[in-house]
Amino acid sequence: MPEQASTFAWEVDLFYIALVLLTVVFSVAIGIAVFVFSLQYRRKSAGEIPAQIEGAMILEITWTVIPFIMTLGIFAWGAKIYYNMYTPPKEALEIFVTGKQWMWRAQHPDGQREINTLHLPVNRRIKLTMTSEDVLHSYFIPAFRTKTDVVPGRYTTTWFEPTKPGTYHLFCTEYCGTQHSGMIGTVTVLDPADYQAWLNNTTRELAPSKAGEKLFAGLACNNCHGGPVDARGPALEGVFGTQQTLDNGTKVLADETYLRESILNPNAKRVAGYGAVMPTFQGQVTEEQVAQLIAYIKAIGPKMESSTAPAAAAGTPAPAATPAAPPPAAAPTAASQPKKN
Amino acid sequence: MTNVEIEKSEGEVNYLNNGHTVKSWLLTLDHKRIGLLYLFGISFFFALGGIYAMLVRLELLTPQGDMMTAETYNKVFTMHGVIMIFFFLIPSIPAVLGNFLLPLMLGAKDVAFPKLNLMSWYIFIIAGTMFLFTMISGGIDTGWTFYPPYSSIYSNTQVTLAGVAIFINGFSSILTGLNFMVTIHTMRAPGLTWFRLPLFVWAHYATSLIQVLGTPVVAITVLALAFERTLQIGIFDPKLGGDPVLFQHMFWFYSHPAVYIMILPSMGVVSELIANMTRKRVFGYHFVAFSSLAIAVFGFLVWGHHMFTSSQSMYAGMVFSLITYAVAIPSAIKTFNWTATIFRGSVSLDTPMLYALAFIGLFTVGGMTGMFLAAMGLDVHLHDTYFVVAHFHYVMVGGAIIGYLGGLHFWWPKMTGRMYPEIWGRVSAVIIFLGFNLTFFPQFIVGYLGMPRRYHAYVPEYQVWHILSTAGASLLGIGFIIPLIYFAWSIKYGEKAGPNPWPASGLEWQTASPPPTENFTYTPVVTHEPYEFEHVAEIQEAARLEAQSA
Repeated sequence: MPEQASTFAWEVDLFYIALVLLTVVFSVAIGIAVFVFSLQYRRKSAGEIPAQIEGAMILEITWTVIPFIMTLGIFAWGAKIYYNMYTPPKEALEIFVTGKQWMWRAQHPDGQREINTLHLPVNRRIKLTMTSEDVLHSYFIPAFRTKTDVVPGRYTTTWFEPTKPGTYHLFCTEYCGTQHSGMIGTVTVLDPADYQAWLNNTTRELAPSKAGEKLFAGLACNNCHGGPVDARGPALEGVFGTQQTLDNGTKVLADETYLRESILNPNAKRVAGYGAVMPTFQGQVTEEQVAQLIAYIKAIGPKMESSTAPAAAAGTPAPAATPAAPPPAAAPTAASQPKKN
Repeated sequence: MTNVEIEKSEGEVNYLNNGHTVKSWLLTLDHKRIGLLYLFGISFFFALGGIYAMLVRLELLTPQGDMMTAETYNKVFTMHGVIMIFFFLIPSIPAVLGNFLLPLMLGAKDVAFPKLNLMSWYIFIIAGTMFLFTMISGGIDTGWTFYPPYSSIYSNTQVTLAGVAIFINGFSSILTGLNFMVTIHTMRAPGLTWFRLPLFVWAHYATSLIQVLGTPVVAITVLALAFERTLQIGIFDPKLGGDPVLFQHMFWFYSHPAVYIMILPSMGVVSELIANMTRKRVFGYHFVAFSSLAIAVFGFLVWGHHMFTSSQSMYAGMVFSLITYAVAIPSAIKTFNWTATIFRGSVSLDTPMLYALAFIGLFTVGGMTGMFLAAMGLDVHLHDTYFVVAHFHYVMVGGAIIGYLGGLHFWWPKMTGRMYPEIWGRVSAVIIFLGFNLTFFPQFIVGYLGMPRRYHAYVPEYQVWHILSTAGASLLGIGFIIPLIYFAWSIKYGEKAGPNPWPASGLEWQTASPPPTENFTYTPVVTHEPYEFEHVAEIQEAARLEAQSA
């Protein structure tokens, strides 16, 4: 049994043990039956013809229905664990992960970055939002029993709650080319004090939302998304997490995936009332930069969908001071409306 | 065939000595000769795939990647997978035993389309040759699953060529399936109703259904991949506007049913072996027959269970998981019925039966561990680890290959007219069983510990399990070489078998060994259900002699 270091670990292990026992019971039962029958009923003479048994409906029904009910139970148990694994909690420390041949980059909400390592506080819920710069990868931490593919062109998320300080393996488990087996690293779970020390001692770059703000200006996004009346693009304050109406009348939730798509492929889902004037930023921004832009848009959004932890939030009071943005609106949904005029 | 021709084939003329020229083999329309042609073809690929397997196991003896470079290792495991699946397992039982036996079991003179049958073999050989050319011109390193965008954009190996080889090979599979279906529908002997068919035929019918319906999908998929790779048409790579997960859906839509293409014929073989080696009608014949069809149908609806961690919708995943459990039931039904068939039988423990018993045991473990992987919450941890590797080798080697070997031993006297040496048969069956378990059981453990698949180098704590596995693989290799030697030996020196050496029921045993080119010198008429041993003349004769001496 590998080390158990997350809240999922014991759940998965318990399920595993139950299935191992079931397998042993079935395999041994069939094994013994086959073995005993084969020896007990060995052919005694060359001309022997045993009495024929045609089959028995009652037996057939029994060994169809009982395994069926058992498999339904296994299905439900497995689906329940899976549902928990893939339903991230509202409150979690959010870390952005990028996979790239052949390394793992992580970007913390306070601006710490690391490659092939991941430092986490114990007993805190962690949510990873992940994407790939090139091919498929998969983020696997055996001690946590979690794994999620990292897919280019979309965000995938995974979450867990480490329960034990220590250092654990991190493996790429989706074949990604020559150095696939070298795309490994470590996950270090730290006590709160040690974690704080790690945060303080690690060179801190701009927090993603701050970096995003700089990018937003640097890429001249604010020329169009600046907010004044008659702007060519919608202002982005208060947009994150709200429903937006598109020019074809459908509604879409402005989440990470939608924002990412709108940066890289702006005309795929255009908000009603605006022309197809935005150029694509495909190839001009890295996945990490896209994530920073999204972090910025989130920061000026009405509410953080999964707010970062107090410590992290304290480190990024910036959004309110954004020059282009008005102070976070008290009535955020209204804030995005007047821009259309 | 006319009556004159049938009369001519009486006597010593059989399909083997009816023409000795190379042309008489390469242009033969005889399903039995084509079966043997396939036997040579797939045995070659099996040996080649086995060499690659040994290279993988040797590299993994030590945690560092020290025997070959990462690039070479990636090519080696890819070649192992592609060769074993596309050029050995998928054709193995249908193309060799199926081709040889199906018309005999139906009381027919050949398959429905003999020329198409020969064409299937040529397509297989052309595709195989192309793949060998891929191999010597640099090989491929994508894994047998060819996931893009790695395979379509990033890999700089011969992916397109390999894709074309697999595309072409697909037609061989489709045509064989088509041929078998038409043969089973139209060429049954008088009196041979559907429920008088041997279970081997039922299994092949279900297999053919999958081959005909599923193979075109993988053909389209690899073609789409080749288009993206060569023409930069964005289908799978997001940078070109494609969707990489779409490929996984398309690939597994075929490749999961393909697992049943590999295992169903083996289940058919095992049904024959158990019935004939215990001299008992298969318990619950109808349930075993229909479970094959149920597997073929449900098998098409479970592909998403390969994608629980791929960002596929959670609810879609739940549906796939549920249906996967539904497809487990027919397999369980078969296992229970085989066990019940042995009960109060007249059990012979000759080599074919040893393989059948090994099949039941190993397939049970392979099937049960499949339930671990279908359980979503557990699959998240197990996906793409050695647990998966162990699971599918229990099904593919422990199931498909064990069944194939059992069938080869059982029908060898029919195919060649000679017996293999029984003692060596048993010895190698036992070696294969032990070697197999030693190779793959440790992989379940190291997989649960977290060892990912397709790793050239790994963390040292996993080494002990890999050493056990490599030791087992060496034993397994020896186990496979022994039959190769004694089968070859037996062609010349084996004891003459006579028409029905076991004795067994079934139409194929009512003609000479080896059979005449026309299979039967008369048109057989079937008057009873399969596996009715009181009708087998050889058993009646043995019983009469026993009664006399007593």
